[in-house]
Amino acid sequence: MIRYILKRIVALIPVLLGVSFIIFSLLYFTPGNPAEYMLGMDATEENIQALEEELGLNDPFLVRYFNYIKDIVTKFDFGKSYTTKQSVTIEIMDRIPATLTLAVLSVAFATIVGVVAGVIAAVKQYSIFDKLATVIALTGVSMPNFWTGLMLIIIFAVNLKVLPPSGFDTPLHWILPTLTVGMASSATIMRQTRSAMLEVIRQDYITTARAKGQKEIVIVFRHALRNALIPIITVVGISFGTMLGGAILAESIFSIPGIGKLMVDAINVKNYPMVQGGVLFIAFAFSVVNLLVDILYAFVDPRIKSQYKNSRKKKAPAALVGAKRGDSQKEA
Amino acid sequence: MGEPILSIQDLSVHFFKDKSVVQAVNHLNLQLGVGETLGLVGETGAGKTTTAMSIMNLIPNPPGKIVGGKIMFDGEDVLKKSKRELRKMRGHDISMIFQDPMTSLNPVLTVGDQIAEVIRLHSQVSRAEASIKAQEMLEMVGISGERYGDYPHQFSGGMKQRVVIAIALACNPRLLIADEPTTALDVTIQAQVLEMIADLKHKLNTAMILITHDLGVVAQVCDKVAIMYAGEIVEYGDLSDIYEHASHPYTQGLFGSIPDLDKDTDRLNPIAGLMPDPTNLPKGCSFSPRCPHCTEACKTQDPELREISPGHTVKCLMFQNQEE
Repeated sequence: MIRYILKRIVALIPVLLGVSFIIFSLLYFTPGNPAEYMLGMDATEENIQALEEELGLNDPFLVRYFNYIKDIVTKFDFGKSYTTKQSVTIEIMDRIPATLTLAVLSVAFATIVGVVAGVIAAVKQYSIFDKLATVIALTGVSMPNFWTGLMLIIIFAVNLKVLPPSGFDTPLHWILPTLTVGMASSATIMRQTRSAMLEVIRQDYITTARAKGQKEIVIVFRHALRNALIPIITVVGISFGTMLGGAILAESIFSIPGIGKLMVDAINVKNYPMVQGGVLFIAFAFSVVNLLVDILYAFVDPRIKSQYKNSRKKKAPAALVGAKRGDSQKEA
Repeated sequence: MGEPILSIQDLSVHFFKDKSVVQAVNHLNLQLGVGETLGLVGETGAGKTTTAMSIMNLIPNPPGKIVGGKIMFDGEDVLKKSKRELRKMRGHDISMIFQDPMTSLNPVLTVGDQIAEVIRLHSQVSRAEASIKAQEMLEMVGISGERYGDYPHQFSGGMKQRVVIAIALACNPRLLIADEPTTALDVTIQAQVLEMIADLKHKLNTAMILITHDLGVVAQVCDKVAIMYAGEIVEYGDLSDIYEHASHPYTQGLFGSIPDLDKDTDRLNPIAGLMPDPTNLPKGCSFSPRCPHCTEACKTQDPELREISPGHTVKCLMFQNQEE
């Protein structure tokens, strides 16, 4: 198991190298000159050239990329933000608490609501609750985030005046953004839970459990839900990974100092080091979440665990996990 | 026979699908004495498993529904029991061995926990005592108790079926329903498993219903035989009644289709035709479209079960008319 985890961590290196190369090239090929953005409209040609020279923008592409990677590897230095002159690492670190809080809260909310509703909908298939849950889930998926956010502000902050409309300082401030982001993913999780549970409930071992005289509630949670967890964990993991990259819309609406906002601002002014650092961070966060999800699989399903243990090549579990993930994406 | 432990009277089970009704079991009557073994024989789709599931009141609803009849177990109607009483009965008084051992164990729970679960449900014992008992059950079916903490995927098919048997017998049930317990297994393992079931049954004095389509298995294990066709029992009797005096044309057809080792034939000798569509059963005798002795009366008149010798009943107009 530990061997497997180590292997996966080592496998992160080529992934991050690839991501860094792609984002570096993309930024290189996009039009626009960061020096012009930094100096403003009335800058002289000389000033711009001097700044370009200072930032190293005149070096050949490969030299720039090599220097960038060299600084990261040798000094763990991701460069300085063009706009604030602060280290990119510090800029990102500053934004992590807000993003992480929002991600954890909204995923927790979405998981609890989604799993509970999904289980009930599956157990009481075709009942009023099932139909209602399906309709609500469809609405949840269809409502764009910015609209939900604005509606929540109008209802709870403007009309009822019970919650603050923006900011992210106290737990009270967290409620509306959490609802905004969580609602959409709870709908996805609910649908995934429902379909996974419906499949599991039809299995023979559920009949075996009934034939033992077990209570229905124990059958649902002990026997069925655990078997349905793999696709659910996959969706939850994907939502969480995505949110670690920042919820751009929600952050903008509620003025939350998160990663998403940081990235959008950086892209707008061609702040190369900031964008590169941010993208690398997002890629890293996503990979770590994915690894955690794969480790969780092993705890949920002993068959996957023994595959991690036995196989020297990680091909087998990857294939299995890939298949399950394929299923869930089809559903989502 | 004495007082029967199980008595099914006029049981009908239908499955409702979209617009059609599948008549899986029709007016079925069956009796089973204490400690007796009954073989329930019939081809796929004859309603054997549905009958078994009805006895435990486990018909999935929807789409299935028990539309009529009584199932008296130990003097009480299973169909009138509350959910709580049913839970007490399932696994304790009546337990079931399912057809496919590959899918009837929960893949994420250890086999030991799955055996201990049923023990804890039906007797007031601590977790530790239950696991000791579960280990004993494993030993009893010939699996080392050390494998308590292993998961189903670490066992072979035959061993999984042993675990399923251990679960079924853990609470000393008075009635064991074995639904084709050996169909999914190799022939060599089949013999072992059958022998073990018969042995344990004898030890615990359990009555048993063995569902199968293998007449050889029945001859090896059972006291009584019931032949099922299209949701009805067409012939019932003890081993010699059925094997030596097969009377219903369907039973005769079944025996006729077994290839004879001594005869040199190139082709098998099947019963002509197919099982009738259960959503649209024939009006008279359900076997009439395939019956070599079919008369005009058979197509309109549904025969009743008639006793042709003590304990040997047949549902065929040929015998009904003889008496009249």
